Amino acid sequence: MALAKATAEQIKDLAARYPSRQSAIIPALWAAQHEQGYVTDEAMHEIAEHLGLPPSLIEATASFYSMFLTRPEGRHDVVICINAPCMLRGADEMVAYLERQLGVRDGGTTADGAITWHSTIECLGACGGAPMMQVDHRFEEDLTPERIDAIIERLRTTPASHGAEPKRPSPRPRAKKSQN
Amino acid sequence: MAIKPLLTKDFATENLHQLSVYEKTGGYAGFKRALEMQPDELVELVKKSGLRGRGGAGFPTGNKWGFLPKGMYPRYLVCNADESEPGCFKDRYLIEKSPHQVLEGILIASYAIGCNLAFIYIRGEYLPQTEALETAIDEARQAGYLGKNVLGKGYDIDVILHRGAGAYICGEETALLTSLEGYRGEPRLKPPFPAVKGLYGKPTVVNNVETVCNLPHIVLNGADWFAAIGTPTGRGTRVWCMSGHVNRPGNYELENGTPIRELIEEHGGGVWKNRKLKAFQPGGASMMVLLPEHLDVALDFDAIQKAGSLAGAGAMVVMDETTCMVDAARRYVKFFHHESCGKCTPCREGTFWMANLFDQFEAGDAKPGDIDLLLDIGYNIDGRSFCPLGDASTWFPRSVIKFFREEFQEHISEKGCPFKKSVQEAVA
Repeated sequence: MALAKATAEQIKDLAARYPSRQSAIIPALWAAQHEQGYVTDEAMHEIAEHLGLPPSLIEATASFYSMFLTRPEGRHDVVICINAPCMLRGADEMVAYLERQLGVRDGGTTADGAITWHSTIECLGACGGAPMMQVDHRFEEDLTPERIDAIIERLRTTPASHGAEPKRPSPRPRAKKSQN
Repeated sequence: MAIKPLLTKDFATENLHQLSVYEKTGGYAGFKRALEMQPDELVELVKKSGLRGRGGAGFPTGNKWGFLPKGMYPRYLVCNADESEPGCFKDRYLIEKSPHQVLEGILIASYAIGCNLAFIYIRGEYLPQTEALETAIDEARQAGYLGKNVLGKGYDIDVILHRGAGAYICGEETALLTSLEGYRGEPRLKPPFPAVKGLYGKPTVVNNVETVCNLPHIVLNGADWFAAIGTPTGRGTRVWCMSGHVNRPGNYELENGTPIRELIEEHGGGVWKNRKLKAFQPGGASMMVLLPEHLDVALDFDAIQKAGSLAGAGAMVVMDETTCMVDAARRYVKFFHHESCGKCTPCREGTFWMANLFDQFEAGDAKPGDIDLLLDIGYNIDGRSFCPLGDASTWFPRSVIKFFREEFQEHISEKGCPFKKSVQEAVA
């Protein structure tokens, strides 16, 4: 599926924003993922075209970063931390509980397509509120089985989160070519 | 010791993240004052203040600025907001509560080094914080703090907020610059240092979020005022992220030189569940373990180093008597294995083999020679890779073997983890 016209325009704007258009690769991959939920081969080729760079370069970058998804997932994304600071406060038990409640293994998607979940060893930066998980890229801290139940309930009945796109407070002025 | 919060003193103020509120607390006065000064005067001021980088290495900030080669332009300032050290969540807090303080620090640093385009590299996982900074940048632009001819002083500055996409390695400054250029986030060999050849091959300064947050206060109050806070080699305060087995985990800004005991027992409310302290880490996942006998060591770069660890990015991970030190080390090793960028063989392969061995210890499959094998692998990683990720992957496990070797032996003799049961009870 081709990228929407607005996304393509956004990518071209990004290219003009940086001293080097190559710097627009990661923001362009974000833009594609925000629109389509994950990054397709077609999107990477399109990004390459808009930025005037070889597709292999876009793929090399996309495959390095863990937040770029290469296949479709459930409507909501749940990531639970199992690094040491979370482990110390019971992350393993929360992982076991989450797995039981969702009925799918680590990395899987629930049968109704609502939730894809996985555990992560990459610290997410909420150790003061451990155990924690990230729900559609927003932190849920001080987890308990009851809190997990409430979060699951909410996610099952809400629409998709559009790949964690930042909310913009006001329309941005179109970027001008940098001076440097 | 009296507590003098600098960066967090107004954090109880409601809506501090809004420009108008930030200005009411004295915000942007530091930047206005800086614009009245010559850039070189600012560099000297920061050198004199003794401010050291808060990202982990503790390098003197003013000296870092001073390394930029004369007459070479453009120059770039990059604010490192890729906070990813396990145990660390201070930059997130500083950004969330007061994004304008971060921005003001960036503007001061940019002016001091003669940069007209600055970047903030924020980790992809920090979505609400990305939004907070984006809003702050928009507000500051509308108020004339950034853009062309800022506040009528003839200085042009723009700031680009660049969002990463999930890679711990990008917190390392050369990997960060490579990532900002659009590539896979692999580190570069130093020298040349970024000050000489950084972003796009141009002179570049990379400063941590907490470091730049100090700048408005130093400009407003002077180098002598700042130098009077903290210890002779650790001026000012630090925001300590405390996690693990304490009653009150969270961020605490304390004057450098405060005893570790005060952080854990007074601010953190002591070890939870009336248990005994077993060990703690003063600098996040990378840093060596310390013991209860080190509680009176000062929170200070040099004092912690003398005690056998490093202050790193200021993350205090506290472990009580029920903690399986083997499992704690296993998590960190698996983390480093996951986050190794793969460029250097000793780190890429070494972290893989260490992670395998740690899994065997937990599963009860380890053999008597495996403790020394771990040490041997660690020895062959440390100092043999481009960047400190590989080195740091070995520091905690090796220090744990040094102080808790018997726990590894128990995992072998009991064919599994002797702590599993007690840990499960602890969190039930």
